[in-house]
Amino acid sequence: MTILSILTIILMVSGLFFFLAGTIGLLRLPDFYSRLHAAGKCDSLAAVLMIAGMAAYNLETFSFGALLVSTKLFLIAAFVFVTSPTATHAITEAALVLGVKPWKRTRGRQAGGTRP
Amino acid sequence: MKAKLATFVAMFTFWVVLSGMFDAFHLTLGVICCMLVAHFSHDLLFSGDDDQSCVRGLLGFVTYLPWLFYQIVIANLQIAYVVLHPRMFELIDPHVIRFKTKLKRPISKVTFAQSITLTPGTITVSIHDDEFSVYALTRSASDALPGEMEARVARALEPDL
Repeated sequence: MTILSILTIILMVSGLFFFLAGTIGLLRLPDFYSRLHAAGKCDSLAAVLMIAGMAAYNLETFSFGALLVSTKLFLIAAFVFVTSPTATHAITEAALVLGVKPWKRTRGRQAGGTRP
Repeated sequence: MKAKLATFVAMFTFWVVLSGMFDAFHLTLGVICCMLVAHFSHDLLFSGDDDQSCVRGLLGFVTYLPWLFYQIVIANLQIAYVVLHPRMFELIDPHVIRFKTKLKRPISKVTFAQSITLTPGTITVSIHDDEFSVYALTRSASDALPGEMEARVARALEPDL
């Protein structure tokens, strides 16, 4: 058990946790817009954590080739960070232009039970 | 000419990292491709900036990234808490807020909008001139805007303001 494999496990497990939270959010949240929150965001951090975990795992047998592969993995993470918010933004604006109605919270005690 | 050279260097670095081949054939192929790309689209990557503001912007951006990542982790934990909470419907309150920004350069507006979208709980819906429309999932998520994030983006990318 080297330090790198412990790091790999920590990164992978926390990445899985955020993917799980994102998926549960996708299923539980009430409307289109709030589901985009769960889908677009928890995923970006989770994906980066998983990719970092893979890069760490890949570096266990250290060589120049492995370093190159890890660099490529981090490039994927960088591009996910740029493209994911752009896509989320484009989908949200398209939905607003088309007039998809956002879920509004109804004030009062029975608020917890109302679903759209 | 300078923009062409900078684009070529960026493209070729990218080529070398992605190809991983260091023999003469692949490097020559890379040089030819990158020269073509640099010739046709040198005005896309580095447009209209003088070298100094380019370097300063890059440095500012690099110092801004760790803080952004820290914010993303915190905000993700908050969203995970909200989503996994048994009485989630009492915690969320989706609404749109509008505010005016004092950022001037397009690049800093884009950075700010992308940062808002990256931190969970808030999505930038649109930017019209100075006005941002942000869709927030909870009240606490929208309370923090524009606030510190705008100040940090301004410090990183608009030092002359």
